[in-house]
Amino acid sequence: MTASHLDPPIIELTGVRKTYRSGSIEFEALRGIDTGIDAGEYVAVIGPSGSGKSTLMNLLGCLDNPTEGHYRLAGEDVSEMSEAQLAEVRNRRIGFVFQQFNLLASLPAWRNVELPLVYAGMPRAERRERAIAALGRVGLSDRTENRPGELSGGQQQRVAVARALVTEPALILADEPTGNLDSGSTADVLDLLDELHASGRTIVLITHEHDVAARASRRLIISDGRITSDERAGVTP
Amino acid sequence: MSWLETFRAGIEAVRAHRLRSLLTMLGIVIGISSVILTVGLGQGAQDEVKDQISALGSNLLIVSPGSSTSSSGVRGGFGSASTLTLQDATAMADRYVVPDAAKVAPTTSGSTSLTAGETNWTTSVVGTTTAWLDVRARALSSGRFFTAQEVEQAADVVVLGSDTASELFSFGSPVGQTVTVDGTPMSVIGVLASSGSSSTGSSEDDQAVMPIGTAKQVTGGSGSSVSTIYVEAGSAETLAAAYQEIDALLLNLHGVSAAAADFSISTQDSLVETANATNQTLTVLLGGIAAISLLVGGIGVMNIMLVSVTERVREIGLRKALGATPKVIRRQFLVEASVLGLAGGVVGVLIGTVGAQVLPPLIDQPVSVSVVATLAAIGTALALGIGFGVYPASRAARLTPIDALRSE
Repeated sequence: MTASHLDPPIIELTGVRKTYRSGSIEFEALRGIDTGIDAGEYVAVIGPSGSGKSTLMNLLGCLDNPTEGHYRLAGEDVSEMSEAQLAEVRNRRIGFVFQQFNLLASLPAWRNVELPLVYAGMPRAERRERAIAALGRVGLSDRTENRPGELSGGQQQRVAVARALVTEPALILADEPTGNLDSGSTADVLDLLDELHASGRTIVLITHEHDVAARASRRLIISDGRITSDERAGVTP
Repeated sequence: MSWLETFRAGIEAVRAHRLRSLLTMLGIVIGISSVILTVGLGQGAQDEVKDQISALGSNLLIVSPGSSTSSSGVRGGFGSASTLTLQDATAMADRYVVPDAAKVAPTTSGSTSLTAGETNWTTSVVGTTTAWLDVRARALSSGRFFTAQEVEQAADVVVLGSDTASELFSFGSPVGQTVTVDGTPMSVIGVLASSGSSSTGSSEDDQAVMPIGTAKQVTGGSGSSVSTIYVEAGSAETLAAAYQEIDALLLNLHGVSAAAADFSISTQDSLVETANATNQTLTVLLGGIAAISLLVGGIGVMNIMLVSVTERVREIGLRKALGATPKVIRRQFLVEASVLGLAGGVVGVLIGTVGAQVLPPLIDQPVSVSVVATLAAIGTALALGIGFGVYPASRAARLTPIDALRSE
């Protein structure tokens, strides 16, 4: 997948607002976000807690609908989709990497990796083949039968990255992927993301750590529900 | 996600929490095995009664006298009066009056002491005619039954039940020997084959059968009255006709209206029905208790499934994030609950079936397990799993992926 200026952006947000209501209290988490992310970009979304960064991540991940505005993912408007439709979009278009790894402890690594393919309805033999290939891609060919409990934190997160890769998604969405890792494993996982970026993947990384964000080619700084800064590597320090 | 895939995942989830699944299934196991056993017990008891009643003879009508009223006004209940007579029996045997009665055997009953040499034995005395052997579907193990001539002459002959014979004559053949009844010597002309079952509680194998006139002399019955008249209809089809004919005949002979009938006629079917009604009450009662334990088992499944949903909120959130639709999640939890129910049902059926083999000798009651009841039990267990899985499953399906992922 190579980025070309003729390609439509992978992500297109126009006038996106998100308001949470609990009882009579209204809280506006996002107050109008307009931005686009092109194929092949490596974007870090940075912001302190409470800035609306998690809300943005939920919207980008199709885990939630915006209250107002439009979100086009790979050319498809997903802002008004039903829960079942969103589930399908997530399955096809998005690979998630979470802070908590979110691996199923009872399943061996390859069964964790194949999960998105199960919901895509792929036959078993093909799933296994692709899951093992994805594990090879993250350097865990010799750990396919290990359960998450038998793997180190860094290895577990690499299994999670393999799971995010296995469907060949348009977007890899990493939510604080290094938040639970020591510095060695952090470097490991970030190197892996760099590699994926180099091979043409679109990555959105959500973090509050600036040295993690420094790896990305573009940094969106979000504060009080608005994008306050959009800097590209090499343009501004 | 295919059904096969979902089913496989369900079994995996059940196996992942072995102990918990086992305990959850326990309620259903107990419920199903007790349903199988109670239904089997009821069925066994009914079969037994049916066997006993059909051992009375086939296509049988049993005519009993009506109730008596003593001088002080106490009414004695059916069978207490002496309104049936030998003449009634003779009339029933008339081919023109009651064409559908094939054989008629009037009987008297009483009890007396028999002496053979040094041994004596008190037993019930049945006085009857030659037709008795056929009507009651009995056979002789040795000797012969009395003849029409012996009945007419009230000859001093007796046919012994197998138990009676062995009590009186511990060695050697009783046939040809003499027993003394009330000072009268009688020759033993035959021994009945064992009937093997009893419908009344008194053994059919412990009795002395004599010509009706002889029995009256021995037990001192009054006049020509008889205690029961057994009538064998020509076939099962003519049983109802025979019933009508006898009813009409006796009403006519006794000169009473149907409302004031001084006799009652019962068929084997009516006896079976009466016995079954009692058994059925018991079966329904026990079955009800078993059904309640099934219900409790089902609630147990729901409880555990709810716990499981709560415990696995993160897993549900993750699966949803990875593309599981609410429908798929609902199906997953429903299948898990059904697997629990089904497994419980199968284990319950196994235990019930083993119990049905082990129990009868211990409680001296037959237990018959029917295939239909077994399949119904498994079906019920499955339905319980599904029924009580619906609520937890829809709760799991309704969880939003964000909340589910965020929970700790």
